[in-house]
Amino acid sequence: MYGPLWRMLPGPWQVKALLAMVLVIGVVAVCFLWLFPAIAPYMPFNSYSVQRGASP
Amino acid sequence: MRALRWGVRALGEVFITLGFLLLLFVAWQLWWTDVTANRAQASTIHTLERSFGPAGLPERGVPRETDPVATLTKVPFGKAFAIVRIPRFGADYARPVLQGTDHDTLTKGMGHYAGTVFPGQVGNFALAGHRTTYGRPLHNIDLLQKGDVIVVETKASYVVYAVDRHVIVTPDRVEVIAPVPQHPGVRPTEAWMTMTACHPKFSAALRYVVFARLVKSIPRAGGLPATFMAVPSAAAG
Repeated sequence: MYGPLWRMLPGPWQVKALLAMVLVIGVVAVCFLWLFPAIAPYMPFNSYSVQRGASP
Repeated sequence: MRALRWGVRALGEVFITLGFLLLLFVAWQLWWTDVTANRAQASTIHTLERSFGPAGLPERGVPRETDPVATLTKVPFGKAFAIVRIPRFGADYARPVLQGTDHDTLTKGMGHYAGTVFPGQVGNFALAGHRTTYGRPLHNIDLLQKGDVIVVETKASYVVYAVDRHVIVTPDRVEVIAPVPQHPGVRPTEAWMTMTACHPKFSAALRYVVFARLVKSIPRAGGLPATFMAVPSAAAG
């Protein structure tokens, strides 16, 4: 998975490392800005009010 | 054999990636939500303060013959309409109150339980807030002591409540936000305020609930006496 990805990146290893870093930052950004906010409401520890039928 | 080796290796990498994503989620939940929510809530406070306009000065004493209590009747869902100040949590502690208590609203400040009365009115002005994450407005709710002041600032008035007592209940105990807290079905004659937060910290198993009783509603034009905003000392109680 990561092996072929590394081989796919162009240029000498310095360029590869830089590109890989950009990819990692991109993945983290997507998670922080879209993925995590979207799944957070479904987490059991994120219910914060009192309501009828709430599980204790 | 080679294919098997490749497969095992790929599987391992997938698991490592998933583990990394899980850790990333924990970091986002515990740290990043505080960063963004604090920023957003501070900006909401700023907007509210500007829209409320300047307050009068208590020394000048500008009595206005309006009933500040009756002015708030209906607020659109998700709209910020008040500022909560709690001196026990620090002199500069200020959090916005928005209408509604769904997940999205509670990330933007404290949420007002729809169907409960507005600040200062007879009945129960009930709020929910995060104990941890999303700016954690009620992180220190367990430090509140009997008599501690809670100031709810609206466009019309400062509504001052004093903490009466607290209970720790399961999340299904909706009677804590009844018009007379903990006495559902009873006709209210007094103005109460209720705040609910999670308990224990970092868990959603229980609710830490604080009840406060109305002390005074002061028209905004009259200004808030400084005595109400005095920070209590840690030992006092």
